Amino acid sequence: MNDFDAEDRLRFEQLVLPHVDAAFNLARWLLRSRADAEDVAQEALLRSYRFFHGFHGGDARAWLLQIVRNTCYTWLEKNRPMELSVEFDEELHLQTCPTPETITIAADDRERLTRALETLPPRFREIVVLRELEGCSYKEIAAITAIPIGTVMSSLSRARRQLQSALVNSPQGARP
Amino acid sequence: MKCDFADSLLQGYFDGELSGRRAAEFERHLRHCDHCATELVDLDLLHDRLQLAQLYEPAAASLRRKITARLHPIAATTAASQARVWHWLAAAAALLLVAILLGRVGHGPGGDDYQAELAGEIVDAHIRSLQPGPMTGIASDNERVVKGWLDGRAGFAVPVRNFANGGFALKGGRVDDIEGRAVAVLVYERNGHPINVFIWRTREPDTSARTGSRQGFQWVDWRKGKMEFCAVSDGSPVDLEQLRQLINSSA
Repeated sequence: MNDFDAEDRLRFEQLVLPHVDAAFNLARWLLRSRADAEDVAQEALLRSYRFFHGFHGGDARAWLLQIVRNTCYTWLEKNRPMELSVEFDEELHLQTCPTPETITIAADDRERLTRALETLPPRFREIVVLRELEGCSYKEIAAITAIPIGTVMSSLSRARRQLQSALVNSPQGARP
Repeated sequence: MKCDFADSLLQGYFDGELSGRRAAEFERHLRHCDHCATELVDLDLLHDRLQLAQLYEPAAASLRRKITARLHPIAATTAASQARVWHWLAAAAALLLVAILLGRVGHGPGGDDYQAELAGEIVDAHIRSLQPGPMTGIASDNERVVKGWLDGRAGFAVPVRNFANGGFALKGGRVDDIEGRAVAVLVYERNGHPINVFIWRTREPDTSARTGSRQGFQWVDWRKGKMEFCAVSDGSPVDLEQLRQLINSSA
């Protein structure tokens, strides 16, 4: 271990570690579970540390989120491959739509929004999370998800529409 | 009936991502397209609803600790040199500041470079505040408690307001050292994102907002009433602008 490694670690702590919240939040929404997100976010952080010499400055958050995203998809492929193959459709939505009984329990809007967001396919869910929760620009979303900016715009449009319809379709989903 | 613009320009317009020319083009279209107007309202409702529900889920402190713990053993043998690196960096930073300050006397304050450089310093201070480890400050959502703690240490009357009703909850305050002077810092939280607002006295006239980003963090800087403010966060620039307006209307 030489000084170069120590400096690398220092740089990592200054540039990448401040974005642990962003990493966790994205993993939590992609995996729909806090426990799994803890594991995968940790794995992604350590992976990004191992390959930190490959980061040549620029937007550290976008760089980290790209790794988090890839780690999440690899994890999903291994543990829940079904989730990646199914596209959003009414049928799936009805399956995962909360029953009237659980809706009564889901008293507040936060829970309803969480459920609605979780019914979106991962590729739409991530784009809503990056834009609405993480406040990423289109350029950053394009870098993180490796799709062109034009596609970011049209995916966002479809994702938001699906989210709106998922909210309207749940019996208590309409705004009071 | 669906409109051809709905899938592309509408989203970009809503998110403030269109160039001036394309935004103007869309606004011309908007004048006679009821569909797009309704869609915009719906997007706005959805956005507000998502923000109000506070869906952002920050990492638990334990996760942060676990990650740092896994990094440390790797470089455990360099602990001594690590400390030296810190000190060396601190010394280098101090020298750099002197150079910058001297340079500024020549150019005079208030220039674009001046604010951009300063914002850079402040973003760095914001990042330092996110690092694990002890930090001197006061954690409270009580305006008077935070003000009482800050005023004496910062050496001026700090405008402390809790905007919890506007979605910006006051978390506390601290005093940071920026360019060798004490700067008051108010800490707010917005949907799980911490926002630091740095405040110090200035003799310069009021300015409108200047914004920028650095290392994935957004900043907005402005002067009002002989005070300079700089707010920094990793959240959306729209939120920062909203907080700026709240502060300005109460200052």
